[in-house]
Amino acid sequence: MQVRDLLDTMDYGPSPETADVARAWLDAHGGRFGHFIDGAFAAPGADRFAVSDPATGEGLASATRGSAADVDAAVAAAARAFPAWSAAPGHVRARHLYALARIVQKRERFLAVLATLDDGKPLRVSRDIDVPLAARHFTHHAGWAELRDGEFPGQVPFGVCGHVVSWRVPLLTLARKAAPALAAGNTLVLKPSERTPLAALAFAAICREAGLPPGVVNVVTGDRDTGAALVRHPDVAKVAFAGSAEAGRAVRDATAGSGKALSLDLGGGSPCIVFAGAALDAAVEGVVDAAWSGGGPAGRGGVRLLVQEGVAGRFADALRRRMANLRTGDPLDKSTDVGAAVDAAELRRIRDAVAACVADGAEPFQAEGPLPAVGCFFPPTLLTGVESSATGAWPDIPGPVAVATTFRTPAEAVALAQGARTGTTASVWSQDIDLALDVAARVGAGVVWINATDLFDAAAPFGGTRGSGFGRDGGRAGMEGELKPRPPARVERPAAPPAPRLSALPTGAPASGGAIDRTAKLVIGGLQARPDGGHSYAVAGPDGAPLGLAALGSRKDVRNAVEAAVKGSAWSAASAHNRAQVLYYVAENLSARAREFADRLSAMTGASGSEAAREVEAAVRRTFFYAAWADKFDGRVHAARARHLALALNEPFGVMGLVCPDTAPLLAPVSLLMPALAMGNRAVVVPSALHPFAATDLAQVFDTSDVPAGAVSIVTGEREALAKVLAEHDEVTALWYAGPADAADAVERAAAGNLKSTWTDDGPSRDWFDDATSQGRDFLGRATQVKTVWVPHGE
Amino acid sequence: MTCIDLTTLAGDDTPGRVRRLCAKARRPLRPDLVAALGLEDRPPTVGAVCVYPTMVATAVAALDESGIPVASVATGFPAGLTPLPQRLAEIRHAVGEGAAEIDIVITRGHALLGEWGALHDEVAAMRDACGAAHMKAILGTGDLGPLRTVYKAAAVAMQAGADFIKTSTGKEDVNATLPVSLAMLRALRHYGDRTGVRVGFKPAGGVRTAKDALNWLVLMKEELGRPWLEPDLFRIGASSLLGDIERQIEHHVTGRYAAAANHAPA
Repeated sequence: MQVRDLLDTMDYGPSPETADVARAWLDAHGGRFGHFIDGAFAAPGADRFAVSDPATGEGLASATRGSAADVDAAVAAAARAFPAWSAAPGHVRARHLYALARIVQKRERFLAVLATLDDGKPLRVSRDIDVPLAARHFTHHAGWAELRDGEFPGQVPFGVCGHVVSWRVPLLTLARKAAPALAAGNTLVLKPSERTPLAALAFAAICREAGLPPGVVNVVTGDRDTGAALVRHPDVAKVAFAGSAEAGRAVRDATAGSGKALSLDLGGGSPCIVFAGAALDAAVEGVVDAAWSGGGPAGRGGVRLLVQEGVAGRFADALRRRMANLRTGDPLDKSTDVGAAVDAAELRRIRDAVAACVADGAEPFQAEGPLPAVGCFFPPTLLTGVESSATGAWPDIPGPVAVATTFRTPAEAVALAQGARTGTTASVWSQDIDLALDVAARVGAGVVWINATDLFDAAAPFGGTRGSGFGRDGGRAGMEGELKPRPPARVERPAAPPAPRLSALPTGAPASGGAIDRTAKLVIGGLQARPDGGHSYAVAGPDGAPLGLAALGSRKDVRNAVEAAVKGSAWSAASAHNRAQVLYYVAENLSARAREFADRLSAMTGASGSEAAREVEAAVRRTFFYAAWADKFDGRVHAARARHLALALNEPFGVMGLVCPDTAPLLAPVSLLMPALAMGNRAVVVPSALHPFAATDLAQVFDTSDVPAGAVSIVTGEREALAKVLAEHDEVTALWYAGPADAADAVERAAAGNLKSTWTDDGPSRDWFDDATSQGRDFLGRATQVKTVWVPHGE
Repeated sequence: MTCIDLTTLAGDDTPGRVRRLCAKARRPLRPDLVAALGLEDRPPTVGAVCVYPTMVATAVAALDESGIPVASVATGFPAGLTPLPQRLAEIRHAVGEGAAEIDIVITRGHALLGEWGALHDEVAAMRDACGAAHMKAILGTGDLGPLRTVYKAAAVAMQAGADFIKTSTGKEDVNATLPVSLAMLRALRHYGDRTGVRVGFKPAGGVRTAKDALNWLVLMKEELGRPWLEPDLFRIGASSLLGDIERQIEHHVTGRYAAAANHAPA
């Protein structure tokens, strides 16, 4: 084309990046990759899978499908490397992480081009966002490696971590999870997605170049079976998984009862809430970045667009106009906005999702313009007039698709956003700071951006909530997830006899030894309630003499208790000062009735008067302790970027289930309940079935201490049956199970449904009296999750 | 090149200096480079020559029959704080001397104090004084502070009849920047959506390299589209930019990096 013609058309020319270096690297490996184990690439296996360029369909390489034996070898190498790596001075690990950061920077173009070849994302995103952020994660965590011992005293790394990461943003996800794990002193086995294994293999090469000790990072390629072998491996102490919700549930199920620590990073469609007072042009660019250009957090997921009805038409017009300028095509062209879907299967998924939406009455809009003749390309798409009932069931919206619906009020916007069940990221668009912050506080997401999208930084915690999993990467919260607190003090006890079935049959003996009958009822929504089933069971003292009857709670009582807790949101909305006052009041009233509680304990357990008094006193002290903490477990403002506040807020989960052991029948429930309440959770407590009265008597203390209805419910009955109902209940967002260790398996398995955060601890063996390990920040951290709210500022 | 308002606005301007600038305006690119680009039959000329009112007559004479318009700053440039009658008289003087385009400056104080009505009436009076000449309204964005003030000032200037909105005089501490330009372009687009009127845009001050100029071309194309890449809707106010564009074209033609001295000074 002549210059004169260009002056007329003023079209952009092609601006391709060369893939020479990336291809030369693939060629140097003969196009065939083995695993990276113990600091070296193993010979390629016979069983390999093909890796292709989704933009051309052309084969790039093949990688080995990891067998159980391969996983064994990698885990063994990581386990061998662990003692030296974890015990090395922080400064030594810091130097290694710093070297990784520097080499990622020095190989930036190689990594960016390789990533784009492998996953079809536009080079602009790989080069300008993913690779620099990956380097940033290593630099930031070189710092944490240096500071670990001083900042996390007494905490230790887990050991071998198994990281299974998805095809979405493979290099960045890998870096986000590997950097904190390594900084803490863990060693790793990484299993990248079979759809995009090249970033992890290139990272392995970089580990070599950086001189990382052999075995500290191992990469095993393969498919879901390889991942399952890694997740189930008995020598893996922590599993970090990034992928789909469905696969996340399978990982939860596979790790249940294993004692492995777990973080799940499951993404999901990101809501983008646009208010009438938003800078609409800026919001348009937000949608471009989040939904269409593949820079999105969920890694190339789509966007659930919620637009205030009054501006919906205008906003859709602006989006359509903007879409006409988007260029879809060669991902290696530096001017491409929208690249290729990761593979043919993803392309089919996008087509099916859009077709289903259109069949449901959505109006599709796609920019005109040619698509390349070959390759997995799908044009950027806007679907308007989509009712949430049509997409509510979608686990996520595939990119490059934005699905728009309207709302009238902020409350309605929040409700529609919550309807998606997932909650990793959300963006809120309004120039009105009162409104924007209010909605940011209310929307269920691990990361909320105000008037921005896709802001990430290694210092700002990232991770999901609700159906998007749990666990945080980045910042202090991320480091806390890579370290174990000191193991709790344990008490040697004889093995407890199997819990007897609770019988609703009349015993034939006087129920309460002649005193005026006192029946412990359930506490639901601040009221004493008879159990739904209308049954009670006899509670006996240590000598078998009857002490009284307790309500035999059932599935339906748990349901009622959770419903009351859901309605009791006022407790979560109360000020921290207000919650502290209530907890002090509880302590005051408990103290006033110390004698009575001690007598009750003695009667139930046979504890001596002084032992019982000690337990009551410890319960009072523990309540004071958490009253003290209620207004002090502050969030942080992270120094993530200039002119941005990155607020890491400690938010309560909402409704928590607390399942108590038979030991310390007063102190254990208090130790679980008070941190949960102090942080603003509402709790459903299942006390010891053998010694329920200490907990049920607490209800009267709560009654007189201004604890609002719904903040605490108490359901007595068969522990394991009630725990299972709580674990399965979708409104319960976190569950602490302090029953016997051998029952934890069933609880964790049951909790996979809504992917609730669970904490199982062998409650019967814990020394509940030990202040060093049975109270403190660890409990507070487990009663909260970090929400990172990004507030850019400046004009 | 065709969108450059080739500018000299200095206290030491003389007729000789202005005539040299006009000669450069007629032939901004060395003839051998014009030929190498295959543009002999449509050699580029700049968008306009921009001078002080007292230099308009010299420039008009020097550009005779070139088709290149003469633009004049007016209204007490660059501060714009002389009394309104004098500012209006200055516009009429420049137009009378033959200026086809007038670059006025707004009273920044009106924008800073939110006196939008006063700003509107003043700009409308200037528009009136311009008569048939095109009027470019200089917002002096470096003096205005927040982008939302820039946006509002741009909107008011357009409502008062500006044919172009222009970022700066070139004399403020901060002149044309991409964020400020983006805010103005969005105001311009919103105004066009509501009225159907196309208004032009002129960044001025600080655009010195061909690369800078490309950034603005991309911005115009992405935000407003193809029509805003022509001199009737887009100008760049610059004095040293042209030299860099010539060097880059020479590099394109020869494959060798060029020296500034290879090109006639403006």
